[in-house]
Amino acid sequence: MHIVVCIKQVPDSSQIRVHPVTNTIMRQGVPAVVNPYDLFALEEALRLKDTYGAQVTVLCMGPPPAEAALRKAISFGADDAILVTDRAFAGSDTLATSFALASAIGQIGRNMAVDLVFCGKQTIDGDTAQVGPGIAKRLDLQLLTYVSQVDRVDTERREIVVQRRAEGGVQVLQTRLPCLITMLEGTNEMRFASQAGMFRAARHPVRVWDKAAAGIEDVAKIGLKGSPTVVSKVFAPQPKASKAEQIKCESNAPKDLAVTLIAKLFTQHPALESAISAGTTGSI
Amino acid sequence: MTEAKAPAKRAGRKVELDPRLAAYQGVWVFVEHERGQAHSVSWELMGEGRKLADQLGVPLSGVVMGAPGEDTRRFCHEAFRYGADRCYLMEDPVLADYRNQPFTQGLTELVNAHQPEILLLGATTLGRDLAGSVATTLQTGLTADCTELNIDPENRSLAASRPTFGGSLLCTILTLNYRPQMATVRPRVMPMASYDESRSGPIIEQPLHLIETDIVTKVLDYIPDNRQDRPQLPFADIIVSGGRGLKSPENFQLVWDLARVLGAEVGASRPVVQAGWVELDRQVGQSGKTVRPKLYIAAGISGAVQHRVGMEGADVIIAINNDPNAPIFDFATYGIVGNALQVLPALTEAFRQHLAVARKAG
Repeated sequence: MHIVVCIKQVPDSSQIRVHPVTNTIMRQGVPAVVNPYDLFALEEALRLKDTYGAQVTVLCMGPPPAEAALRKAISFGADDAILVTDRAFAGSDTLATSFALASAIGQIGRNMAVDLVFCGKQTIDGDTAQVGPGIAKRLDLQLLTYVSQVDRVDTERREIVVQRRAEGGVQVLQTRLPCLITMLEGTNEMRFASQAGMFRAARHPVRVWDKAAAGIEDVAKIGLKGSPTVVSKVFAPQPKASKAEQIKCESNAPKDLAVTLIAKLFTQHPALESAISAGTTGSI
Repeated sequence: MTEAKAPAKRAGRKVELDPRLAAYQGVWVFVEHERGQAHSVSWELMGEGRKLADQLGVPLSGVVMGAPGEDTRRFCHEAFRYGADRCYLMEDPVLADYRNQPFTQGLTELVNAHQPEILLLGATTLGRDLAGSVATTLQTGLTADCTELNIDPENRSLAASRPTFGGSLLCTILTLNYRPQMATVRPRVMPMASYDESRSGPIIEQPLHLIETDIVTKVLDYIPDNRQDRPQLPFADIIVSGGRGLKSPENFQLVWDLARVLGAEVGASRPVVQAGWVELDRQVGQSGKTVRPKLYIAAGISGAVQHRVGMEGADVIIAINNDPNAPIFDFATYGIVGNALQVLPALTEAFRQHLAVARKAG
């Protein structure tokens, strides 16, 4: 079985800096980590490797320093790592990103057919959850999002059964390989890297692909050109017109403040009193 | 052929819409339903869609997909009452449970046939799964988790605003030369649309040419959540929330005490959840739940943007904080500057007495 895990390197802190002219995010100087949601995807892939035997290839698109994220994945037990990096990718939105990653997975599959693609639920910087579904559609893979558990894989019959979180419950779904899974957070716990793993990660030759190596011919589909969405402005939230009405009374004792507040609250918002009374039944 | 050069307002950005795309008209809201119930986010979006459609002077439509039966018709009629002018209905037995493949194909076909300029979906597990797929098959722009939707007066395009980078700033995103313009909105971010029993409209049906054997993924089972076990924060009328200002997990009991007297749900800020004082399901904010209660009481919460975007839709906000400069006082309705550890028990007692008197009188 060949499993590809897509990971992203993201800024560690919420210390956001935005380029004043282009309104794009500036990543320089902010410490970078593997997107935490992607670790659940990687761990699940490694567990399948432990159970069924598999080749696990990690794939990352990003600037050259993102190689560190791939080495981290190798230290946990991934077998191979590919960094897709090219200046032409700059400014890619989710549609352009899924195109580039799908192309790269297509190239990976030329050497060894891909049975499963794992992604995290979403990234902590973009928070869109759109790249996983995008890759699946482009590669015509069955899409299983918000998977909380992989119940079983039948490599002979090429079938997989998973539990998927839906709004009001859990769907148990069966589908055929190849498919793409986005893994829900908190569903497994990332293993520790062994010392041997860390040594291996340091020595492992991460393969670096530019757009041509990733099989991309049409540059109109990547970067700003291939991105339907444009950020028109970045701004801070508006302060409200009026500030909170401060509750004060002569004594300023908590008891008196509480009584003053409640009197004011129920006078100015009489509907609240009935809402509260309706919600409290029995003796209080 | 004349080459009239319009003054470029934004360098390098084409403002004129491709004539092929100008044919895309109207605002659509995807009506999400599961197990015979429409998701309330659909009606929240219907209110927002109504506003956008009126600004553009175009019709608002609901999109209902599901297995043939009474439910789908009922959802269409509800969509009218919540503001839709018409409904597109796709019925097929393969749409009984949500599965990506038939829903993506069906919605893509509906969009290609009727060409809406805007398509809105709820940012639920279903909506995000479907929106991300449909945007790819349609090759168009999709903006996730919007907190505000407007029409850009300059080019009549959808201006979709959303928090960026953990909610420290907001950004506005446009989809200029692609149609439809797609956006998702998280539940409870927008208010419910008003309901008008007398409203009605035409239902436009379109078949889906798929048979069960064409569909690769099968639903083996569905395990509904035990609702009693999980806090239902997003739909609570009254919420009492505690933050780091309560200083210790033992003191958090004061929040529970007040919540019990008010019949309220208990919420918390991110630091408190991360410290393990309360479970993850109770976190209010950008990375937790978005709530719209009638009354929100925030004790010992400073009101960082990350928390604010999850609760500023509350009708009335009472903030208790010992720092008079805490940002929460910038958007609360009432503020008490004081120690939450003293004010909370005083409030609990005062509410208890007031409600007991009111009950006797009533």
